[in-house]
Amino acid sequence: MVYFDHAATTPMLPEVVEAYAAAAATGGNASALHCSGRAARRLVEESRERVAAALGARPGEVVFTGGGTESDNLAVKGIFWARRAADPARTRIVASAVEHKAVLDTVEWLERHEGAKVAWLPVDELCRVHEEDLELALTDDVAVTTIMWANNEVGTVQPVAALAAVSAAAGVPFHTDAVQAIGQLPVDFAASGASALTLSGHKLGGPVGVGALLLGRDVAVTPLLHGGGQERDVRSGTLDVAGISAFALAVELAVQRRTAFAAQLAALRDELVERVQAAVPCALLNGDPGDRLPANAHFSFPGCEGDALLMLLDAQGIECSTGSACNAGVAQPSHVLLAMGADDARARSSLRFTLGHSSARTDIDALVAALPTAVERARRAGKIRR
Amino acid sequence: MRVLAAMSGGVDSAVAAALAAEAGHDVTGVHLALAKNPQTYRSGARGCCTLEDSRDARRAADVIGIPFYVWDMVEEFQEDVVDDFVAEYAAGRTPNPCLRCNEKIKFHAVLERALALGFDAVVTGHHARLGADGLLRRSVDAGKDQSYVLGVLNSHQLAKSMFPLGGYTKEQVRELAAARGLGVAGKPDSHDICFIADGDTQGFLAARLGSSPGDIVDSETGEVVGAHDGAYQYTIGQRKGLSIGRPAPDGKPRYVLSITPVTNTVTVGPRAALEVSTVTGDRALWLAPSPGGAVQVQLRAHGEVHDAQVSVVDDEIIAVLGKPALGIAPGQTMVVYQPDPAGDIVLGSATISAAR
Ligand SMILES: Cc1ncc(COP(=O)(O)O)c(C=O)c1O
Repeated sequence: MVYFDHAATTPMLPEVVEAYAAAAATGGNASALHCSGRAARRLVEESRERVAAALGARPGEVVFTGGGTESDNLAVKGIFWARRAADPARTRIVASAVEHKAVLDTVEWLERHEGAKVAWLPVDELCRVHEEDLELALTDDVAVTTIMWANNEVGTVQPVAALAAVSAAAGVPFHTDAVQAIGQLPVDFAASGASALTLSGHKLGGPVGVGALLLGRDVAVTPLLHGGGQERDVRSGTLDVAGISAFALAVELAVQRRTAFAAQLAALRDELVERVQAAVPCALLNGDPGDRLPANAHFSFPGCEGDALLMLLDAQGIECSTGSACNAGVAQPSHVLLAMGADDARARSSLRFTLGHSSARTDIDALVAALPTAVERARRAGKIRR
Repeated sequence: MRVLAAMSGGVDSAVAAALAAEAGHDVTGVHLALAKNPQTYRSGARGCCTLEDSRDARRAADVIGIPFYVWDMVEEFQEDVVDDFVAEYAAGRTPNPCLRCNEKIKFHAVLERALALGFDAVVTGHHARLGADGLLRRSVDAGKDQSYVLGVLNSHQLAKSMFPLGGYTKEQVRELAAARGLGVAGKPDSHDICFIADGDTQGFLAARLGSSPGDIVDSETGEVVGAHDGAYQYTIGQRKGLSIGRPAPDGKPRYVLSITPVTNTVTVGPRAALEVSTVTGDRALWLAPSPGGAVQVQLRAHGEVHDAQVSVVDDEIIAVLGKPALGIAPGQTMVVYQPDPAGDIVLGSATISAAR
C-alpha cells in the first residue's frame, strides 16, 4: 500500500504510541487532589509546558481540546461571542474564502444563527490572501479575523505574520488554523502576532481527538463547553491525560525534527511533481509553487474527475485524496480551487498527494506507474456525459 | 472479472454484491446519489436516495470487504428520470420511472462510466435470471420478479450485466444476507417512487405542472360532463374522483378512457370501452431472432400476463391479445415473453403508443 494522504491523518510515531500507552495505563483524574490526581496533573502540566516551549507560547496560553475542529470552533465562536458581548456593534467576521470546513462552517453557522456578518477575503490564483484585502475588510464592526496558516488542499502558505499585524493594528484578534503547518513550517505563536492558533494531534504524529488552541492570555473567549471549569474555564471536561501527554510529545518531536523533515519531504515532493508531470504532461500543479507546504502536491487533471482517479488509484493500492470535502459521500467541486478562480471542471478534477514520515521514493515509482492508465480511463469516463 | 456493484442500501443489492465477490470477481461497490437534497428523503418512502440508505450500502460494502464509493448521478437522474416522468404525464402518458432509471441510469450512465473506467460488468440486485445463454428470464420468485423493469435493456447492456439473485426467492436472499452478517437482512423492501418521498404523486405533479383546467367529455354523447384542473391528475381506467355532475344515461359508472393533451380533454365512458385487444408499441427493442409460437405480453409492472400474437414491424410491436385487457395507458411499457419451463424469456419490449 502506498499512502499519499498524510494531510488527512498521519500514523502515530512509535515513541508517541509508547507514551500514550504508558500514560493510559497509569490513569488518574488531573483535577483530583489525591496522589494519583497529582501525578496526572503533573503529566498534563508538563505537556502544556512542552507544547508551549515548542511553539513559542507561554504555558498559560495552551488550552487542550478535542482536536482541530474543536479548536477552530472555540476560537471563532468563542472570540466572536466574547467580543460582541463587550461591544454589541462588533458583529462581523473576516475570514478567508479558502478555510477548512471546521472554520468555514463555523462562520456560516454564526451567520445563519447568530446574525454575524461576514467579509470573505478573496485569494489570488495561487491561493494567497493579500494584506490590502484584509485592510479593506477591517471595518470598525469586526469581532474576529480568521485566516489559516497553510491551506490543507493546495498547500499554499499565507503571510501570517503580516496579516496578523494588519489585524492587530485594527485592534481585531487574529485566529489562525495552523493544523497543517506544525512540523512542516516554523511556527512561533508569539512571533506570529496571532491571538489564537489551532493545532491538531493526528496531523503531526499524535493521537486523533486531541489538539490545542493557543490562546493569548488577554484574549477573551466565551466557552463552548460548560462544566467543571478545566482549562482556564474555557474548556470544561475531565482532561485526557494519556492523549495530552502523547500529543505533547508528538508536537515536541515534530518541531525538533522539522528542519530535516521538511527538507527531506520537499525534495521528495519536488521529485513527485516532476515525475507526475513527466508521466502525465497535462497535469497542472495547483497552489503556490514556491511558498507551499513541503509535503503537499496538488494537481488538476483536465478532463478527469478527481473521484474517478481516486478510485482507480485506490484499486492499484495507491491512496490519495481529492483534498476537498464531500457531501454525503458525493465529491463537491473544491471551494478552494473555485476561490482561486478555477472553473467547475478544474475544481472537480483535482487530486492531492501528501507525504509524511513513512513516504519513500518507491511510493513515487508506484504512483507514476499507475497514473497514466488511470488518467486515460478517467478521461474516457469523463467524456461520457456532463 | 472487475465488476461494479450498484448498491442501493437495500438487502438485494448487498447480497448481489456479496455473491459476486464470493464468485471470485473483483467487486467495487457504488451507491448512486440521485436526490438533489438527500436529507429531505430521510423519512417517508424508503427508496433509493436517503442518507440512511447510503450509509447502509457503505456498511454492507465494509462487511463484504469491498471498496465503496458514491457516484453523483443527480443531474442525469433529474433529466432522464424525474423530468421525463413529469413530461410524460404532461403529454397524457403514464410512465414507469423505475424502468426509465434502469434504461438511462443504471444500465447506461453507470454502465458506460464503469466500462470506461475499466470494469467488465455491472452487478445489481434485480430479481431476474441472466444465464450463460445471454437470455433474460423471470426470477424463480414470481412475486418478486423484476424482469419487466429490465425488459428495456438491449443485448449490449445485458451482455455487461450480472443478476446473481434470479435463482433465489426473496426469503432466501434475506437468509443469505443474515448468514453473511449483513445488517440490511431485515430491512423493509422499498416501494413507491423513490423521488416522491411522501408517495403523493398527484401533489408532486401538481407542484410541477400547475393548474390547467379543461373539460371532461363523455365518449358516447360527446357532451361535456365535468371539468378538471389538470389532465395529468387522471389515469386511464380511473373511476373514483371524477366529480361528474350528472349521472350517465344508463346509470352505470364512468371510467377515464383517454387523455388528449392537445385539447386538454379527459374522456370518460363505460367500462366496456376500456377493453383493448390490440396493443401497439413503438421504440421497439427486439432481442429474439423472431417471434415464434405462443408468446405472452405484460403491460405493466406486476400486471397480468396476456397470451398474444405478436408481430414486429420496424420500430413497432403489435400485440393482438387473446383476451381483452383493461385500462392500458400510452407510455406504459409492453414486455414480450416466451413461456419457458426454465423461466419465461424476455423477447423484447416497446413503449405503448396505442391500445384499441
Ligand atoms: C486545516 C485543518 N483544520 C482543521 C482540521 C480538523 O482537525 P481535526 O481532524 O483534528 O478535527 C483539519 C483536518 O482535517 C485541517 O486540515
